[in-house]
Amino acid sequence: MDFREDQIERYSRHIILKEVGGAGQKKLLQSRVLIIGAGGLGSPVALYLAAAGVGTIGIVDMDNVDLSNLQRQILHSTKTVGKSKVLSAYDTLTAMNPDVRVVPIEEKLTAENVTALFREYDVIVDGSDNFGTRYVVNDAAFFLKKPLVSGSILRFEGQVVVLEGYGATPCYRCLYPEAPPPGLVPSCSEAGVLGVLGGTIGTLQAVEVIKLILGLGDILNDRLLIYDALAMSFRKVRVPKDPSCPLCGKNPSILSVSGSTDWACSI
Amino acid sequence: MSVLVRIPTPLRPLANGQKEVQLKGASVREILESLVRDYPGIRERLMDEKGEVRRFINIYVNEEDIRFLEGTKTPIKDGDELSIIPAIAGGSR
Repeated sequence: MDFREDQIERYSRHIILKEVGGAGQKKLLQSRVLIIGAGGLGSPVALYLAAAGVGTIGIVDMDNVDLSNLQRQILHSTKTVGKSKVLSAYDTLTAMNPDVRVVPIEEKLTAENVTALFREYDVIVDGSDNFGTRYVVNDAAFFLKKPLVSGSILRFEGQVVVLEGYGATPCYRCLYPEAPPPGLVPSCSEAGVLGVLGGTIGTLQAVEVIKLILGLGDILNDRLLIYDALAMSFRKVRVPKDPSCPLCGKNPSILSVSGSTDWACSI
Repeated sequence: MSVLVRIPTPLRPLANGQKEVQLKGASVREILESLVRDYPGIRERLMDEKGEVRRFINIYVNEEDIRFLEGTKTPIKDGDELSIIPAIAGGSR
């Protein structure tokens, strides 16, 4: 593919970086990224990936925009309250960059549909809001050998990690073997979340996606990054691959994707 | 041994809002026992009925997850830092 004039101008600050260049920008334009959740994390991820010229961006979310989302979900606006989140996202992203093919997927992600949804994408981004979905997304990404860029936020804290359990690095189950039982860990709507955290963590996820596509730098796949907004600290802890992991360990007991993606944190 | 224990933001309301506390103990278990003695509200969030660390909470000595060391028996040296990192899932709603 050749660049059009307007593309050379639009992506000039990328193309001038020798680590990206014209070849890297073409890779971005040909890449396909699927984002789970058009919310606090999915918003900045999708906006920056669209701006960067990621060619295909799929977004899965079944919710409609609510006024209480707008404190952090910058894909949406007062005008789109009540509208489907993925269609609101479609409008925002295509207005920003018409080069991008935005695929709105207004569906509930389940163990049954996840594999078909993931298959045509190169990188998966998890910005979901419940543990059930996180395990299903992890397992499907593992079986399809797709890198998974995982981010989560709560109150004043955020976490980022890249999971490539099909290789020598860990999966989500190596990091957190079990989900908390319902009621023990509050959700954002119950515990609150500083809106800007989605931006901090989501943009870090977007950076890792772009590095994965371009094959650049060190990927955050053996460390968990923890951001504490109140202490203004970023720390990394080591996340080893667990040899006894039921998914990616030596004797796996999980051989297919299953489990519920229902909201699992209601008190 | 005296170590710095970092408390994650979701548990801080149960520890008078403190982000870190200095505690004494020779092993991870002793430190955690001392923590829940000082701040009893943390116990239920951190440990199950048998006093074991819950499976969705990771404890790190410096950069290392104790599950890959000696669990709660992991010995503590002066100046070590202990971090409590719970799984969090928020992002979308």
